[in-house]
Amino acid sequence: MLKYIGKRLIISAVTLLVILLILFLLLQFMPGSPFNDEKLSPEQIEQLRAKYGLDQPIIVQFFTYIGNMFRGDLGVSYSLSPNTPITDLISNRFPVTVMIGFASMIVGTFLGLILGFFTAFFKNRVLGAIYSIFTLLGIAVPSYIFAMFFSNFLGYKANLLPLLYDFRSPVISSVMPVMAMSLGVMAVVARFAKAEASEVIKSDYVLFAKCQGLSSRTVMTKYVLKNSLMPVITVVASLLVSLLTGSLVIEQMFSVPGVGGLLTNAINANDYSVVIALSFIYSALYIIVMLILDILYCIIDPRVRLGGKN
Amino acid sequence: MSDKSRSVIDVKNLDITFRMPTGNIHAIRGVDFSLRENEVLALVGESGCGKSISAKTIMGILPENAVINSGKVIYHGKDGDIDLLTKKRSWRQKNINGSRIAMVFQDPMTSLNPTMSIGAQLITSIRDHKHVCRKEAYAVSLELLREVGITDPARTMGQYPHQLSGGMRQRIVIAIALSCDPEIIICDEPTTALDVTIQKRILDLLETIRRARGISVIFITHNLGVVAKIADYVGVMYAGKIVEYGTVFDIFYNPRHPYTWGLLSAVPEVSDEKGDLYSIPGTPPNLAKEIVGDAFAPRNPYALAVDFKAEPPIFRVSDTHYAATWLLDERAPAVEMPAALKERIERMKKEGRDYVIDSE
Repeated sequence: MLKYIGKRLIISAVTLLVILLILFLLLQFMPGSPFNDEKLSPEQIEQLRAKYGLDQPIIVQFFTYIGNMFRGDLGVSYSLSPNTPITDLISNRFPVTVMIGFASMIVGTFLGLILGFFTAFFKNRVLGAIYSIFTLLGIAVPSYIFAMFFSNFLGYKANLLPLLYDFRSPVISSVMPVMAMSLGVMAVVARFAKAEASEVIKSDYVLFAKCQGLSSRTVMTKYVLKNSLMPVITVVASLLVSLLTGSLVIEQMFSVPGVGGLLTNAINANDYSVVIALSFIYSALYIIVMLILDILYCIIDPRVRLGGKN
Repeated sequence: MSDKSRSVIDVKNLDITFRMPTGNIHAIRGVDFSLRENEVLALVGESGCGKSISAKTIMGILPENAVINSGKVIYHGKDGDIDLLTKKRSWRQKNINGSRIAMVFQDPMTSLNPTMSIGAQLITSIRDHKHVCRKEAYAVSLELLREVGITDPARTMGQYPHQLSGGMRQRIVIAIALSCDPEIIICDEPTTALDVTIQKRILDLLETIRRARGISVIFITHNLGVVAKIADYVGVMYAGKIVEYGTVFDIFYNPRHPYTWGLLSAVPEVSDEKGDLYSIPGTPPNLAKEIVGDAFAPRNPYALAVDFKAEPPIFRVSDTHYAATWLLDERAPAVEMPAALKERIERMKKEGRDYVIDSE
């Protein structure tokens, strides 16, 4: 198991290096430069390029970047807020995005699992109706519609929750963004959970468990839940990455100071170093999530256990 | 094998329909049988004749779309007779399933939980019924695994189903089925999915356990060789009905229903010189349509005109032997079983006598 994780870590590191190289090459093809200011003369731009090392060959830039990265230096912003270290730019915003993303994922997954499994298990008509309404709405309606809905009713009319994100009360001002984002997660998770659990309930081993007269609780937890968890985990993991990256609209709507906004601004302003740093962080995040996922598989399903005891 | 022995399960006039999107399927059309204490009742027939559905009815695990139109499943327990069909599923799971009646499934590859170790599955099964501590349940589990012929039970306890062979898994399924001391075991084609070499061992194991524990068995199979080996009573099923019912000797030496003749003729024999394998012509009827007359009539070369109009009642051949065919009506013309089959039965009888003399 440890050997397997070690191997996976090495592969992950190599993958990240390749991603970084591709990012570097791609940015060369981006039109414009970070210094798109009409007031700057060509000489001044040349000076700026020399200052940030952008006049060097791409391969030199690449290795300088990697070298700096290992020292925890992701460079400085060129145009967005000139000369601010990117680590500072990100460190304020990243925790906000991650907190909201994780909270939406946990809330959405938890509710989705409950909804999906209970609907599959009890085959109750009322539950079935609730399931249909929530999954249909959750999948068909984009999260910003929910955000607008919540803003209007909970924020504006009922005045229960703050309309805009406030640094002084991060928890209470995260409630609406989390609600808006978790509905979609809930719908997807509920659908997967229900589909999978319905299959497992019909399986021979669940019928055998019923023939053995095992209590409903045992059948539900040890037989149905455990065996239908795998696909659910897979879908949750891929959702997690999109939650951490794709909350841009929601961030704008509630003026959440997160990374989503930073990334779009950086792309618009041709702020290379910010784009590379953020893309790199997202890639790393994705790879880490997938690694954790594979380790979780091993824990849940003995069939994928590699190099185990036996 | 006497009639004096007590019956433990009586299935009476069972009638089941499946609701399908395309219409209703009348899968069980009046099934009666009883299982007597310490005996093996075999239910035989082609796929889709209702063998497994009858078993699932007894266990209370019919799919949602099954509707029981009528019938009773009387369980004669220590504390009186209970009609299982009048009880709730949850009550049956708590009080009957596992502890009184257990079931062994056809495919050992799919009937064990893939994410639970063998030990955990055994211990869960024991502890959900009896209030014993983990340690005690573990000891009982080891004993059960030994009983079903697992050589290294302590190691097997920690293994997962995918690490074991089909034969091993079926032994474990049997061990789990035995874990709460049931009086009755329903075996739904327990050897069909196994290697031929393993089949015999599993059958021998079931026979040993049955005798040692005094368990009554309902054995569902389409393999007549297996029936001859283990059954006391045989019910031949066709299109959701039992068409012939009798002791294993009645069915093998004195079959009366043309369908039973067909089944027996279809058993391959090593001594067959011609090499042709007999098969019953045609296919089983579509149960989505209501059947007029005898369901077997269209495939029956001996069918009478009445077979296409009226359903045959059950005729008594002897105290133990019953068959539902118009050929047994006193007005029917005398029809003999096929000559080849008759010859084969004579040979079997002779072999049977030789065997008795040999073993003496």
